[in-house]
Amino acid sequence: MTVAKTHRSAEEIGRTERGPRPLPGLGEQRAAAEFSVADTVLDNGLRVLAVRKATVPTVELRLRIPFGGTDPMHSARSEVLAETLLTGTERWDRVTIDTELALIGGELGTAVDPERLSISGSALADGLPTLLDVLADALTGASYAGNEVARERERLVERLAVARTQPRVIAREALQRRRYGDHPVTREMPQAEDVALVDPEQVRALHTASVLPRGSVLVLVGDVDPDTVIGQVTDALAGWASDAAATTLLPLPDLDGGDLHLVTRPGAVQSQIRLSAQAIGRTDPRYAALQLANLTYGGYFSSRLVENIREDKGYTYGAHSGFDFTGDSATLIVDADTASEVTAAALLETRYELARLGIVPPTAEEVESVRQYAIGSLLISTSSQGGLASQLAGLAGQGLDAEWLAEHPGRLAAVTADEVASAAIEFFAPARFTGVVVGDPDVVGAGLTALGGVVVP
Amino acid sequence: MRCRHTGGYAPSAGTVTVAHMAGPDLHRYVLDNGLRVVLAPDSTSPVVGVSVHYDVGFRSEPEGRTGFAHLFEHLMFQGSESLEKLAHFRHIQGSGGTFNGSTHPDYTDYFEVLPSAALERALFLEADRMRAPKLTEENLANQIDVVKEEIRLNVLNRPYGGFPWILLPPVLYDTFPNAHNGYGDFVDLERATLDDCAEFFDTFYAPANAVLTIAGDVDIERARELIDAHFGDVPARQAPPRPSFAEPAPTGEKRGTHEDPHAPLPALAVGYRMPDPVGDLDGYLANLVLASVLADGDGSRLQQRLVHTDALVSDIGAGAGLFGPFEARDPDTFAITAVHPAEVSDAQILDAVDEELAKLASTPPDAEELAKVTARWTANLHSEHDRLISRTLGFGSFALLYDDPSLFYQLPERIGAVTADDVSAAAAALRPDARAVLVVAPANNGTEATE
Repeated sequence: MTVAKTHRSAEEIGRTERGPRPLPGLGEQRAAAEFSVADTVLDNGLRVLAVRKATVPTVELRLRIPFGGTDPMHSARSEVLAETLLTGTERWDRVTIDTELALIGGELGTAVDPERLSISGSALADGLPTLLDVLADALTGASYAGNEVARERERLVERLAVARTQPRVIAREALQRRRYGDHPVTREMPQAEDVALVDPEQVRALHTASVLPRGSVLVLVGDVDPDTVIGQVTDALAGWASDAAATTLLPLPDLDGGDLHLVTRPGAVQSQIRLSAQAIGRTDPRYAALQLANLTYGGYFSSRLVENIREDKGYTYGAHSGFDFTGDSATLIVDADTASEVTAAALLETRYELARLGIVPPTAEEVESVRQYAIGSLLISTSSQGGLASQLAGLAGQGLDAEWLAEHPGRLAAVTADEVASAAIEFFAPARFTGVVVGDPDVVGAGLTALGGVVVP
Repeated sequence: MRCRHTGGYAPSAGTVTVAHMAGPDLHRYVLDNGLRVVLAPDSTSPVVGVSVHYDVGFRSEPEGRTGFAHLFEHLMFQGSESLEKLAHFRHIQGSGGTFNGSTHPDYTDYFEVLPSAALERALFLEADRMRAPKLTEENLANQIDVVKEEIRLNVLNRPYGGFPWILLPPVLYDTFPNAHNGYGDFVDLERATLDDCAEFFDTFYAPANAVLTIAGDVDIERARELIDAHFGDVPARQAPPRPSFAEPAPTGEKRGTHEDPHAPLPALAVGYRMPDPVGDLDGYLANLVLASVLADGDGSRLQQRLVHTDALVSDIGAGAGLFGPFEARDPDTFAITAVHPAEVSDAQILDAVDEELAKLASTPPDAEELAKVTARWTANLHSEHDRLISRTLGFGSFALLYDDPSLFYQLPERIGAVTADDVSAAAAALRPDARAVLVVAPANNGTEATE
C-alpha cells in the first residue's frame, strides 16, 4: 500500500519466539437459574404462559393464534387483517394506539403465515396493563375502517411487488410449490390481485370467525409476577370469548424425494439452492439425535457443509441446514446462495455431504462439538426476555411447555453417537430430498443437466 | 411478509439502568501494552460475552483498496499461531458459544458469547490473533471469494442492495474516506495482497489501538488474572495517529441517481450532515430525538403525513447514522429514506418532508411527543441491555468512540433532557440547500422468475 516498508511480513507476524500455545480447558459450568412459571388455560380457552425473568424492567409479549384456512382468498384476507388489526377500534384510532404504546415504551406488531397469526410486543414492565388493554381492545373491537383497509391494501400491493424481487422470496415460494403443490401452506404471501379484492366486510368476517382465544397461546416474560399476570390477563381479555376454536392448518403430507426444479432467473449473478426432506418434530424420541445430526451437516458454522463449500472452496457466503416446523412435524431445509458459475459444483458438494453424513457418520469429536453447541446456544438464546418468550411461544405452538425446555439439555446430553449415526443415515439420504434451484439457465443449465436429478426447462 | 410494527423502534444501541436494576458495575483499566479493558460483571445468567474493538474501520482503508478493512476482518478468523484454519470457529462453537465480527466506518469488532465455563478459551483465541494472526495466500484467496459472495448476496443480486449505506455517501461526501464503498469493488478486492494484510495489521491492530470487553458471568479478580495471562505479553506497538475525516458540508443540494436492475419501485434517500457525535453529543442527541419524532411509529410526523394522509410513500424512515446511532465519529449522516410508487415524484416527497421540517423548526414538539420518544428509547435500551451480545458490544464501542462505556447508562437521562427547542433547532438545520438526494430508479421493472 505504501512504498517504504515499515512493517513486518505476513510470515513474521504469524509467529512468536515462544511458539504455539496450548488451548485452555473449560471451567466448571454453572447451571442456569430456574425461573418461576405460571401455565394455565383460561375459561375462554386461551393458554397463558407467564414467566418471571427480572433481568431488566420490561416485559415481552407473544400471542399465537392458529390461523389456517382453505379458501383461496384466505391468504389475502389474512394479510390485510394483520396489516389493519392495530389501526383502530371504536375507542382509539391508529395514532392514539401508537401514542398509548409509545408512552409505556411499548410496541405491538403483527405477522401472519399459513399456520398462525402472531402478535408480538414489549413494553416497560409498569406498562403491562396498558399493553394488555391495547391488545384486548384490538382483539375484541378492531374496526377495520374503510380508509385504513384501503390504504393498507395499497401498501401491501407495493410491498408484495418488492418482496417478490428478493431472491430468497422467489426461492421460498418455488420451494413451497415444489414441496406442497397448491396446499394452503404454500400461500405464505398473497397474490397482489387478490389483495386488491379484499374489502373491510370480509376482514371483519374473518376476524369474527378466526381471531379466537380457544387453542391460542399468550406468552409473557419479564419483570413480572406470574400469578399476578394471569389475573391481569384474565381481567383484560375477559371480553375475548367464543365457543369455537381457532383454526389449525390442514395437515401436511409427508415429503417424498424427487428431482430439483430449476427456476429461471435470467441475468442473476447468484443462484439459490434449496433442498428439503421430511423430518420429525420435537416430540419424537429421535428428535435430539436428529438435531445433532443436522448441526453436523450444516446447522452451524463448524459443520461439514460450511467447512466444505465456504471455507474450503469459497462457493458461498453462507450455507445452512435447519428445521422448518409445522404443526407437530418438521422438515429439513438446506440452503446456500452461490455464484452462478459454481452453482452445479456447489450442488454436487451439497449432495456429497448429504450422502457422507450417513455413510461416514459423525465422529465422537463431531458429536461432542454439536452437543456442546446445542446446549450452549440454547442457554444463550434463552438468557434474554425476548429470546425466552419467542422460544416458549414456538414450543407452545406444538403443545410443549417450559418443562420441555428445561429438560432439553438433558436429552441432548444423553444422545449417543450411535443414535446420531442412525438419524444421519435415515434422514439425510440424498434420495429423500427434493427442492429447487433458482438461477440463470444460460450459466447454470449445462452443469445442472450434467449433474442429473435436476429438471432444467 | 414477516413483521410489522405499529410502533416503530428507536435505532438500538446501548443500555441503561434504572433504580430497581442492579447498578452499573463497570471496571476499566489499561494493560502495559496499551490494551484498554472494560469489565461488566452480571451473574444473572451463566453466560459471558467477550469482544475486541479495533480502532479502524472502512474509512481508514487506502484508495485502490476499497473493502479492505472488511476483507481483513474475514482473515482474522482464518487462524493464528496456535490455531489452524477453522480452529477458531470449532473452539468457540464446540464450547457452546456463538461468534461474529463486523466492520463499521470507524471500528471493527470481533465477539463471542459463551457459557461462562469457556471464558478463558475465548480470551485465548482473541489474544492469539491479536498477537500473531496467520495470514496466508491461500486464505486470502478463499476469503476474497467468500466476500464476493457476500456482496452478491447483499448488494448485487437483490433489490435496493446497498441502499442507502453504499449509495448515499458518494452523493453527500467528496473525499475518499467518506464517499467510497466500504464493501469494496471486486477489482480492488482482487488486487489485495498478503503484504497489504501485513501492513494493515501492523498499522492498525496494535493492542494500544483496541478495547477488550467482558460482560456477564465473570468474576473481576479471575478475569484480571486471565487477561494478564493471555494478553499481557502481546507486544506493545504504537497506536497509529487517528486521522481526521472532516470535510466541508455541502453548500447546495447534491443529486445522484442509481439504476437498480432488481427494484420494482423507486426509492429516495436524503442525506444531511449532523453534529459531531462525539464532540457535540448534546447536538447529536437532539438529532436522535428528531429522527424519532419524524419517523418512529404511526404517530410520528412523516409516517402520518407521507404514509397515511398524503399516501405518497409505502414506507419511510429517518435515522442518525447509516448503520444506526453511536457507530461513527465525525462526519456522520442523518438520513431519511422512502420507497414509493412510480406515480409519485421525488419533488412531491421532498416538498412534504421540507414542510414537516419547517413546521417543527417554527413550532417545537409538545411535551407528550418528547415523552413518547424518551419512553421508547428507554425500553429499547433495556432490551439491548438484556441481550448479552448487544450489551458487550455497546460497552466496547462506547469505550472506543467516547472513552466512556458508562455513557450507556446515562442515555435515557440525556435523551430525556433534550428540549423541544433543541429538536426545533435540529430540524431547522436539515436544510434543502445543504443536502444530498439519491434516487434509486428501477432499471428493469424488477427481475422475473419463471418455472
